[in-house]
Amino acid sequence: MHEMGIAMQIIEIAVASIPADLKNAQVKRVNIKVGKLAAVVPESLHFCFQIAAQDTPLGDAELNIEEIPLKIKCTDCNVEWTALDPVFICRRCNGGSVKMLSGRELDITSIEVED
Amino acid sequence: MLAFMYKNQRYFHHNDFQKPHHSHDRGGGSVGGKNRGTREIKIVRRVLDVNDTIAHQNRELFREKGVFVINVMSSPGSGKTAILVKTLSQITPKIRCAVIVGDICTSNDADRLAGSGAPVVQVNTDAFGGDCHLAAHVIKTAADNFNLDEIDLLIVENIGNLVCPAEFDMGENLRIVVLSVTEGEDKPLKYPLMFRVCDAALLNKIDLLPHLDYDRETAVQNILKVNPQMPVFEISAKTEEGFESWISWLTQKLHG
Ligand SMILES: Nc1nc2c(ncn2[C@@H]2O[C@H](COP(=O)(O)OP(=O)(O)OP(=O)(O)O)[C@@H](O)[C@H]2O)c(=O)[nH]1
Ligand SMILES: [Mg+2]
Ligand SMILES: [Zn+2]
Repeated sequence: MHEMGIAMQIIEIAVASIPADLKNAQVKRVNIKVGKLAAVVPESLHFCFQIAAQDTPLGDAELNIEEIPLKIKCTDCNVEWTALDPVFICRRCNGGSVKMLSGRELDITSIEVED
Repeated sequence: MLAFMYKNQRYFHHNDFQKPHHSHDRGGGSVGGKNRGTREIKIVRRVLDVNDTIAHQNRELFREKGVFVINVMSSPGSGKTAILVKTLSQITPKIRCAVIVGDICTSNDADRLAGSGAPVVQVNTDAFGGDCHLAAHVIKTAADNFNLDEIDLLIVENIGNLVCPAEFDMGENLRIVVLSVTEGEDKPLKYPLMFRVCDAALLNKIDLLPHLDYDRETAVQNILKVNPQMPVFEISAKTEEGFESWISWLTQKLHG
């Protein structure tokens, strides 16, 4: 749904991050992290990225998505686990005061530019 | 749309994707997975950090002006407008309200809400963000239409969608998700981010329960699986059943 807007943000950040001494260089790869709980479907993001990258220094760039698992920690008994389902109830004590350690990421981590 | 379920399936395939795929790497192709002749530039930024920054500014402005902001989200047709119309009629004019309503093409919702006497601004979403959610910059612009000094509660009715609005902070104090009993009981598990980021859930249209095969117990359990500490109010915007506890919770938050 909103993957086009997200693709455009990624491209904007990537373009702004190309170092001054490489102004006309092509970006080869953009590395991003997408948490399992993020409201982003990787396939649509790839698709939108390809379209939005046309006629930018990212025209040939590959979008490399690292999917980050949903990790939860119980703040009562301190147990940590990786959740395959979006259930935020403690595995050990059945409590509900948990926090998400990872899984909400939507971060751009680096770009790889032609040298 | 079924972001989580869909990705779940991918999850089990994930190992396949992680296999080293070096078979096509020849001499000059790539080294250690990276192209030779490329320079890696670290960035580490939230993709939505422009939105986050504006949301932060909004939050500061609203705090300064003493305006409490709620963001109401749901699938299309769950009853956001109906709930807000009834809520407004109970809390105005004692609480001075204003409404921002996101609508894709009509002004129907804005007309219904304006009946309360509260100032209403309708925003049509722009092409940039797509038609699926309101973003912080939209709220910032829309809020310019009000005299914030004369408003206690700013209500935002988001675009009907359970996926995208969950990612976009607007600078609100509270997020409310509406789920109606005509939708599947498993919605919270299919759209977990929405139910995780919200502060309260309204299970609406309970007047219809006698006519439906709806397992409300399961629906509530599923909400609580995703967000065990979330208050769930079972209400009907038609009969106003359950409104007392919803409104007293809301006004308590507003004054707290
Ligand atoms: N029976 C019954 N119908 C309701 C209730 N709440 C809303 N409706 C009806 O459901 C339909 C959709 O309600 P809206 O208030 O327009 O829903 P919405 O979430 O604002 O919809 P969008 O803004 O289009 O996403 C309307 O026909 C309402 O009259 C309720 O509690 N009971
Ligand atoms: Mg509406
Ligand atoms: Zn525990």
